[in-house]
Amino acid sequence: MTIEIAGLVVRRGGRAVLDGLGLDVGPGVTGLLGPSGCGKSTLLRAIVGVQRIHGGTVTVLGEPAGSAALRRRIGYVTQAASVYDDLTLAENLRFFARVLGVAPEETSRVIEAVDLGAQRHHVVGRMSGGERSRASLAVALLGRPDVLVLDEPTVGLDPVLRRDLWALFHRLADDGAIVLVSSHVMDEADRCDQLLLMREGAIIAADTPDAIKQHAGTADIESAFLTLVES
Amino acid sequence: MTPTRTLAVALRVLQQVRRDPRTLAMLVVIPCALMALLWWMFREVPSPSPFDRTGPALLAIFPFVVMFLITSVTTLRERASGTLERLLAMPLGKLDFLLGYGLAFGLLAAVQSGAAVGVSVGLLGMEVHGSVGVLLVVAVADAVLGTALGLFVSAFANTEFQAVQFMPALVVPQILLCGLFVPRDQLPGVLHAISEVLPLSYAVDAMQHLTVGSADSAVAQDLLVVLGYAVALLILGAATLRRRTP
Repeated sequence: MTIEIAGLVVRRGGRAVLDGLGLDVGPGVTGLLGPSGCGKSTLLRAIVGVQRIHGGTVTVLGEPAGSAALRRRIGYVTQAASVYDDLTLAENLRFFARVLGVAPEETSRVIEAVDLGAQRHHVVGRMSGGERSRASLAVALLGRPDVLVLDEPTVGLDPVLRRDLWALFHRLADDGAIVLVSSHVMDEADRCDQLLLMREGAIIAADTPDAIKQHAGTADIESAFLTLVES
Repeated sequence: MTPTRTLAVALRVLQQVRRDPRTLAMLVVIPCALMALLWWMFREVPSPSPFDRTGPALLAIFPFVVMFLITSVTTLRERASGTLERLLAMPLGKLDFLLGYGLAFGLLAAVQSGAAVGVSVGLLGMEVHGSVGVLLVVAVADAVLGTALGLFVSAFANTEFQAVQFMPALVVPQILLCGLFVPRDQLPGVLHAISEVLPLSYAVDAMQHLTVGSADSAVAQDLLVVLGYAVALLILGAATLRRRTP
């Protein structure tokens, strides 16, 4: 149950967005932290298998990323809420459940998991930004995937909701899933079991939050990030 | 490709259209109103009324044009919102996606053409010597052709404005050369040759065969050409759907 990446190269417009990146991700909640534009989304897309890559290998659960066998084992949330604005939450979930071939009862379970029970029959386009991103997360939870790849799922959410979502991520990890969450907010670091700090297309640190802080000799991850960059 | 997934896509597209009753109403009412306008235009022209010649051509053109526009805009929206990327990361076949759209819009076209044919034949006295049922089948095939072309060109547009520009570029020439303005055998040689490879020409031919009551084989031949183009465009469309994007 791992994600292994070696020598990953992605070029866009003649520029290397990722240039020989390598990493290993195991079970638990792993945070991918870095400023916006550093290549986080590109890396996540490569893991899901929707990114065209120019070199290196990406292996997920022992299979090459993007292979057909992985398509029902990975839940993916893009930064934009990838749901149909003109359908209700329940209609969206029923559609994606049919595509994934999971039981219709699954839709109720994931609606409860993201705490949108009261909005079940609301049209997604009229929901708040936070509700829409949770609707998108609900789709990713359908069928209990072994790997969850979540691109900035907590952006703009109120602190109570953010705490609840992180608790949900840990429950999913406790059930054995690999949960990979990206964020550009450094103060989410302490909610993760493992951290990947990323800058300009490279991983600059990969360890537990405490080990990274200890190694850099700082009290918080933001300072550790600065120390790592400036050293 | 699996039937349950194809049906899931079709059902979802129809659910989306149902949320937009104004589009649905316009889809049905506008072709009927335009047929009535055409009938009225030619009302005082001495017989044989040009309505009997141009009416059937328009019955072929409406579903083609409308479904082309709707499909290219909806697919583009699906690409832009990220839902297409999400679907292609799931176990959905590309043909499930394309055929689902084809099925949903084919069904809408059946309703649209049913109303337009009903008004033209029932109220406006358009003469149809062939079977009205086959007329409907041809109209639905035209709609699927429009959907297939729309799916294909949406891959080459980055914005909805660009998608709409494909209408004058790819659809209007077909309308000009399909025999509506000048019978195709009276076109200059080069234009006649071009009209021979344009799918809308065959759709209009099929409609005209039906109204004058030509042999069934003539209609079947034209219908097969239209369906052949639709299938070819769907396959080309599938080639433009990429699971991996830059």
